[in-house]
Amino acid sequence: MFAQFDFDVILRSLPFLWQGMQVSLLLTGLAVVGGIVLGTILALFRLSRLVPLAWFGGLYVNMFRSVPLILVIFWFYFLVPVALGRPVGGFTSALIAFVLFEAAYYCEIIRAGIQSVPRAQTNAGLAIGLSQAQVTGYVVLPQAFRNMLPVLLTQGIILFQDTSLVYVVALRDFMTASSVVATRDGRLIEMYTFAALVYFAICFAASRAVRRLRRTYAL
Amino acid sequence: MNYNWNWGVLFQDPYYWWLASGLMWTVLVAGAAWLIAFPLGSAIGVARTVEIRWARAIGTVYVELFRNVPLLVQMFLWYFVFPELMPEAVGRWLKRDLPNPEFWTAVVCLGTYTAARVAEQVRSGIESIPKGQRNAALAVGLDEAQAYRHVLLPVAYRIVVPPLTSEFLTIFKNSSLALTIGVLELTAQSRQIENYTFQGFEAFTAATILYLLITLLVVLLMRRVETRTRIPGYIAQGQA
Repeated sequence: MFAQFDFDVILRSLPFLWQGMQVSLLLTGLAVVGGIVLGTILALFRLSRLVPLAWFGGLYVNMFRSVPLILVIFWFYFLVPVALGRPVGGFTSALIAFVLFEAAYYCEIIRAGIQSVPRAQTNAGLAIGLSQAQVTGYVVLPQAFRNMLPVLLTQGIILFQDTSLVYVVALRDFMTASSVVATRDGRLIEMYTFAALVYFAICFAASRAVRRLRRTYAL
Repeated sequence: MNYNWNWGVLFQDPYYWWLASGLMWTVLVAGAAWLIAFPLGSAIGVARTVEIRWARAIGTVYVELFRNVPLLVQMFLWYFVFPELMPEAVGRWLKRDLPNPEFWTAVVCLGTYTAARVAEQVRSGIESIPKGQRNAALAVGLDEAQAYRHVLLPVAYRIVVPPLTSEFLTIFKNSSLALTIGVLELTAQSRQIENYTFQGFEAFTAATILYLLITLLVVLLMRRVETRTRIPGYIAQGQA
């Protein structure tokens, strides 16, 4: 069985696969940044004393956490061109879907991180005359982010795995590129095994690095 | 925004039927996969906490393998690669004679994948029990298996009800990946309605609402499980 294993197909398609990997990594990077920014805003909403804001934050998070990512990808693949009235690239739609979807998960991580900062820190900040916004920006968030950095990075690894789902709208990420080569050359075993090994190597190494960080960086 | 609304499409033959059968397959895939994930995940989770070295090693390898490869890749490995690696007779049976191969592949894939996640929850549940309980159980003369059966697991399972709830919800959401190998579950059916009618808004709204309903039902059900299994006087278990 392995006698017929054609390693050459992998070598031949490496440049093509690397292009796909760049799309995967770019999508992951942008979605992590966008997801954390939006997630922070949502977390502040959820913790806000203003009832409508807290309510909206809760609704947003619960909605997005109840539906599959694939459905969200389909939603925005359909919705973004309709809303803008003109066709946009698949990458834009996918990116919007990932940012909005992952923000719900980042929100919960960040909320937990904010709540892990002792109440006394806020009180002390207010006591020395900072405004509520200054306390949040200079006292609470820096500590919260330091506490939750490992979890945020772990979520980034999960997001990287999730980007493979853009396969369903045929966006050329690493997964789709592997699948294109696999079906074109009739080499499914080689290509999917190779894809699995590449994903495993990246995710395993990254999660090991996060574990090391957790030990050395804890506040 | 230029869009022709037509909510009626959801109630037309055959589209409402597509949604209903999609919902059915989503529930079937997720339910059947959970029947694999829960026992297998429990076994692996326990294996990671016992004193036997090779059992811990197997547990760790399993969890790392299944957690670090995207579910979609695993789906393709099970569907396209696994039958080729089997002895020829088995492979032929998998590809030709097994009825509904997409369904069973999706179930096995999702079950073994979720087992790794269940294992981590079960392990953290067992590890959160104070060491004294295990020692006490061994001291009164139970062997290790009995200690797990009568002392550690009954406590651990109750502690992990909230995280297991979220894994149970995740399995419904992840069952949507079955569409990549051709199972026409809920997400696939809504997409198909969009392709046929161009009423994407209505189709995806219907699917979204059905997923929300599933979530709601599961949360209500698990809340009852949580109240009924709560250990009196133990941690004030959080409203998850």
